Amino acid sequence: MLAQQFVNAISLGGVYALFALGFTLVFGVLNVVNLAHGAVFMLGAYAALQAALSFHASLPVALLVAIGCSAGVGWLLDKLIFAPLRSRQAPHLAPMVATIGVAIVLTSLVEGFFGPENLRFPSEILPAATVNLAGVRVTWLELQIVSLAFLLMAVLFWGLKRTRDGRALRGLAESPKAAALMGVNVEALFRSTSAIASLLGGAAGVLIALYTNAVFPHMGQPMLHKGIAVVILGGMGDIRGALLGGFFLGFAEVFSVAYIGSTMRDAVAFGLLFIALLLRPEGLFGRAAQRRA
Amino acid sequence: MLRFLAVSKNFGGLQVLQDVSLAVPERGIFGLIGPNGAGKTTVFNLITGLLAPSAGTIEFFGERLNGLPPHQVTRLGIARTFQNIRLFKEMTLMENVAVAVASRPRYGALSALLPTARYREGERLEAERACELLARVGLLERAHRVAETLSYGEQRRLEIARALATEPKLLLLDEPTAGMNSAEKQQIMEEIVKLDESGLSVLIIEHDMRFIMELCREITVLNFGCVVAHGTPDEVRASTEVIEAYLGAEG
Amino acid sequence: MEWLESTWAIYGTLVLSLGTNVLLALSIYLTLACGMLTVANAAFMGIGAYTAGLLTVTAGMPFLLALFFGSLLPGLIALLIGPPTLRLSGVYLAMATLAFGEVVRILILNAEGITGGALGLNGIPQFAGWFDVALAVGLVLYVLLRLSRSRIGRAMRAISQDELATELMGLNVRAYKLFVFVSGGALAGLAGALNAHFTFFISPNEYGFERAVEILAMGVLGGTGSPWGAVIGGALITLLPELLRGLGHYRPVINGVILIGIILYSPRGIWDLLRTRRRSLRPSPVQ
Repeated sequence: MLAQQFVNAISLGGVYALFALGFTLVFGVLNVVNLAHGAVFMLGAYAALQAALSFHASLPVALLVAIGCSAGVGWLLDKLIFAPLRSRQAPHLAPMVATIGVAIVLTSLVEGFFGPENLRFPSEILPAATVNLAGVRVTWLELQIVSLAFLLMAVLFWGLKRTRDGRALRGLAESPKAAALMGVNVEALFRSTSAIASLLGGAAGVLIALYTNAVFPHMGQPMLHKGIAVVILGGMGDIRGALLGGFFLGFAEVFSVAYIGSTMRDAVAFGLLFIALLLRPEGLFGRAAQRRA
Repeated sequence: MLRFLAVSKNFGGLQVLQDVSLAVPERGIFGLIGPNGAGKTTVFNLITGLLAPSAGTIEFFGERLNGLPPHQVTRLGIARTFQNIRLFKEMTLMENVAVAVASRPRYGALSALLPTARYREGERLEAERACELLARVGLLERAHRVAETLSYGEQRRLEIARALATEPKLLLLDEPTAGMNSAEKQQIMEEIVKLDESGLSVLIIEHDMRFIMELCREITVLNFGCVVAHGTPDEVRASTEVIEAYLGAEG
Repeated sequence: MEWLESTWAIYGTLVLSLGTNVLLALSIYLTLACGMLTVANAAFMGIGAYTAGLLTVTAGMPFLLALFFGSLLPGLIALLIGPPTLRLSGVYLAMATLAFGEVVRILILNAEGITGGALGLNGIPQFAGWFDVALAVGLVLYVLLRLSRSRIGRAMRAISQDELATELMGLNVRAYKLFVFVSGGALAGLAGALNAHFTFFISPNEYGFERAVEILAMGVLGGTGSPWGAVIGGALITLLPELLRGLGHYRPVINGVILIGIILYSPRGIWDLLRTRRRSLRPSPVQ
């Protein structure tokens, strides 16, 4: 039983981590609090659902469609909103408020097209088989969710560490001016970061949708909420923090529902968060220093 | 008037100042020089309360400055300008100076809420004082321009006007001529002489040797966080430690 | 006068909401004008709403007295959490105040015996009329306008541009920040208390993340340069959905698009736009 909970926690934690990674990437590199991230999460779920319903796509294909759509939205987000605001040297709250508008638009469009009801994936797409792993019964689905989450994160980390663009990205997060002076194509990198971040968010959306088998227009809101909590805890703008924070939340949720009442648990969590912030505002791994030029 | 007694400052393992003692009398122009990284701006930060000393005492007219919050240090009579100009860029010149004038408020906070006579009088007095100060540095005609539209030299003069608004007895100038051409430097030099004549004490951090030598009565030289020389410009010029410290640096 | 009464029957709540939203926008104007990003005002609004609502419902307290306590309590709480919280800045301050807001919401949710929990508080007497709200808005706006023109307003603008330099000009920055935080909290509480007394029913979810974001949007859209910005922002957020009512299903879409459009066109808010238009038409006065 405990092992089963453990598997649940890993799956949930992995998805939370994916979502938080996307959110923290945009903050760390573009310095924007992207309040549309929840909406992109929701879009990913709907894109996969539509692929499955209309084209009878298999799971991998639906996933690809979702990822492609989310990345596209992220790309557009930068092109249409973040970039113009950057060039006009807008105050740093302006992009955030714009993303509020984007979230409203996306959510209502989806609600308009698909209706407000809870939709489900067709049963063919959901693998029903279970696997026995060292005495624990794990569904194929959970296995796929966990592997995909880890795969995406591994690719992300590898990309940041090894590739030229990845290193440029880290440099960009530190200091855009310095990066520009070194010949980094700052604008292109901002755009691709936004795309990647949204990709992660959309992927998280599909995975959660499969996990809970529920797709509805406002599913992004509670996720955004949790994502912010994860990122606060792990440190705004820090990748490792988002990762660890996501898993921490996954474990906390799975195990506390079992052992504590669910509503007061949130109060305790946020209360501790509040106190933790007063003591260590940067979170577990956050950058303590202010961002330089 | 201002006394630094065996002041040390370290950040974790990094020793920035070691056992520094210096004294600034009540009148005159004094210099603080040394190569980059010698700790000069740290001295200013310690005086103004932005940093607290790790050891030693800082006294101003006998009062201990250690641990006082910066705004109180200013109210005691010490004002400063910054190496990288920190003006309120989007406010007008008038407003920049007026903010500092308000450190000695001419009307109470409650009076601000109603259009009382006291409020009107207070605002008028503040505006008057701000104009006075702007005129003193020759910027009165531009009073309603936004600060960031000023030239570099003009911005420095505005900074001085703003610092003067707090009615200091000691003025700390952090590299006032950085980035200026010789005409602008001449102007600043004249300003500082005028300040001295008006009874202020001025402590200047500078890299321009000619500037310092011409203006200052006494100079303290720092290197690697220690005082390596102190005396009149001639004494300092002749000191071997100073020459060593500056070997390779601009002279 | 019948048309007035029937108009009021339809639009009364809207007008009253306009008033309380302007108050909320003014409450966040105070902190935004100092360059502080605090998102606790929704929580303060909730505290004020529940305090005043409970006082009138269970204790039968007179309305004005309930309003007073509805503003006092959030102010006191802000005073309590202010000093440690305001040491933070930037996003960290936002996050801390967000966490605080969450704690408040969850506490209200769980104190079922007092607050009615998730079922909310019902049957709050409809004491708040247009006069109360208009008076509140008028007074607060007047005070804040005067404040923004005085040396205190200048100090606030200076703090938003460079806290350190302001401190070194001899101004007690911490005191100013605490003052705007507490005043903002009390104002938000007042708005909540008034709001509770014309909406008849309140529940914890009204004072959560969505409300906090809405308040912030009001502040940013209107512009932080002046209290008038708050008025514009509050009015916009309240009236825009109503003006778009005819568009039916896709109304929120247009709402969101307009929001985006405004920010893109004038990132510093509408007030800034109006002000630069006016400046280019008139030469600046010589004092």
